[in-house]
Amino acid sequence: MDGTITKEAIFKPENIVYKKTSLMTDNILSYCPGCGHGTAHRLIMEVIDEMGLESETIGIAPVGCSVLAYEFMNVDMQQAAHGRAPAHATAIKRLMPHKTVFAYQGDGDLAAIGTAETIHACNRGENFTTFFINNGIYGMTGGQMAPTTLPGMKSSTSPYGRDLKSMGHPIKMTELVAQLPGTYYVTRQAVHTPAAVRKAKKAIRKAIEIQQMNVGLSFVEIVSNCNSGWKMAPVQSNHWMEENMFPFYPLGDIKVDGKLIEKK
Amino acid sequence: MAKVKGDIVVDTEKCKGCEVCIDACPTHTIAMSEDVNGKGYHYMQNIYDACTGCTNCAIVCPDGVITVYRIKV
Amino acid sequence: MEKELRLMKGNEAFAEAVIRAGADGYFGYPITPQSEVMEYLMAQKPEEQTGMIVLQAESEVASINMLYGGAGCGKRVLTSSSSPGISLMQEGLSYLAGAELPCLIMNAARGGPGLGTIQPGQADYFQSVKGGGHGDYRIIVIAPASVQEMYDSAKIGFDLAFKYRTPVLVLTDGATGQMMEKVYIGEQHPRLTEEEIKEKYPWATTGKSGGRERNIITSLDLDPYRHERHNIKLQEKYKTIEENEVVFEEINIEDADYAIVAYGTTSRICQKTMQLAREKGIKLGIFRLISLWPFPKKEIRELSKKVKGILCVEMSAGQMIEDVRLNSVDGAHIQHYGRMGGVIPSPTEIFDFFEKNYIKD
Repeated sequence: MDGTITKEAIFKPENIVYKKTSLMTDNILSYCPGCGHGTAHRLIMEVIDEMGLESETIGIAPVGCSVLAYEFMNVDMQQAAHGRAPAHATAIKRLMPHKTVFAYQGDGDLAAIGTAETIHACNRGENFTTFFINNGIYGMTGGQMAPTTLPGMKSSTSPYGRDLKSMGHPIKMTELVAQLPGTYYVTRQAVHTPAAVRKAKKAIRKAIEIQQMNVGLSFVEIVSNCNSGWKMAPVQSNHWMEENMFPFYPLGDIKVDGKLIEKK
Repeated sequence: MAKVKGDIVVDTEKCKGCEVCIDACPTHTIAMSEDVNGKGYHYMQNIYDACTGCTNCAIVCPDGVITVYRIKV
Repeated sequence: MEKELRLMKGNEAFAEAVIRAGADGYFGYPITPQSEVMEYLMAQKPEEQTGMIVLQAESEVASINMLYGGAGCGKRVLTSSSSPGISLMQEGLSYLAGAELPCLIMNAARGGPGLGTIQPGQADYFQSVKGGGHGDYRIIVIAPASVQEMYDSAKIGFDLAFKYRTPVLVLTDGATGQMMEKVYIGEQHPRLTEEEIKEKYPWATTGKSGGRERNIITSLDLDPYRHERHNIKLQEKYKTIEENEVVFEEINIEDADYAIVAYGTTSRICQKTMQLAREKGIKLGIFRLISLWPFPKKEIRELSKKVKGILCVEMSAGQMIEDVRLNSVDGAHIQHYGRMGGVIPSPTEIFDFFEKNYIKD
């Protein structure tokens, strides 16, 4: 029976069940093969598209691998100095409260050089959404140790592994901002499997919906891979992430409706 | 039970051959091409014709290169 | 209509002026000697009058990047600070210049270096007019010398900023910021509506409505040839500004044998010095810089040909004097007199120096 179905019969516009959103440009992504940035970009743009917010959205690209996010996200975008995306987002949202504003930041940008801006935007309860891509490394500059690099994890500036005594501990920024009264929704997601992608997309949608409620900052961490920085094949890096990153950075909601989730 | 048949169209020039989709495919219908694209990457293909149009490959594809079709048969 | 007259501090006059100039947002961090700006704005609650936003940021670094965010949306945004805070903002200023964004910054300068002092200084001249941050860029710098000029600088500054899509710095000091004088208050200019911004500033990131392509505000370009073209465009813009926006004041220069070149607070003090000289029959005039960048190159050259000597008076070790020398004819007699570390020179000490070095020998 299957043999009777021709390719022509299937490849008709009415049979499309998944197609890249037009809010992703046709530019070839500058990310390495298998990098979660591309998936995260696409999910955010799918949500903006599905919610009909294309003409009302302003995004902010950070410094880091996603410095060129504005080349790929087909909405109005600003490119911020290293770590300062929350300052941009604060001003934009305060000056145009009816717009949808998001800051897209990596771990070096958000959790090292931009810590003050992150904490204070969260603490003021600014009504924008932060997307925090945590891959535990500085990808763009070539795999240096990040504030989120795991204990013992090797990087180009911790070649013998992160020594906690001399290099300090990895910072759990998402748990930290969840403690602040200004955040309303704080969650940690991943985008490496179909199931994770579906959950992450729901979380992104929820974050944008919360922004429209004007109740405080919505913060979505996406734990992602950096196969180049970790020096692994893409699929291998996703498995390594499950085994090593997730135990330290457990997935799931941390704060919902302004209340911290009780850990059982 | 209604059966479904799916298929995919791959923007082969944008595929970077990361194989994340292969890991995500429940029917193991996709595999890497022997050929390479303009950037020198092997690209993914629906080789074994067992696609159900579940979209798993497309939604995990970091480069958004996959369009998925599905019909009821 | 009769203009409203008030007695105000320079800092307060500036704060009132930005509301009246139709500013959309102020983002700042407290620092002496200019904290009155944010205090005044917070007390006035402009959000209830004009819709203007006032936000106390977590740092000067955050403030300047808030300006980038707001300016990128075509909004009239400003900050104010003093020397150490302005130093922190230099990175952001470079980004704003690179991305060609308009904004207004006020520096009530104090004595440096480092934490320095809270008393007035003019040692931020180099930082203000030579770039300050990284890369080839300039910003327009205007130097008020009275409370009225502090007031006027807000509207003038915003207009220049949007005319050229560039940051504009109002460089004053603790003295002009803190002193009280009468000031005429101008009319209230309305803030632009979103529709007006979209029409006037089509580059702004206001959301890509109306079927247009997305707008991108960035200072990054990884293609060096394209980025060089961007730099050339910036330099052409700076040339246009130099040709059109030089502002200065000449006081008794027509018959002068000698001239003092100064700006801001010191230019006021030197008016008394000029009086002392004229009482003794010495024809001393004052060339007061109002735009520090663009610098009045041609006018200083002409001045250097005309007078027997030029005295540069600054509350610094001698910074502006470098531009005066650079633009004067060879062999011109040019000297510096200045005090540092927050000390304000007196008219008589300036006169004594002038008389000793220009008249007696």
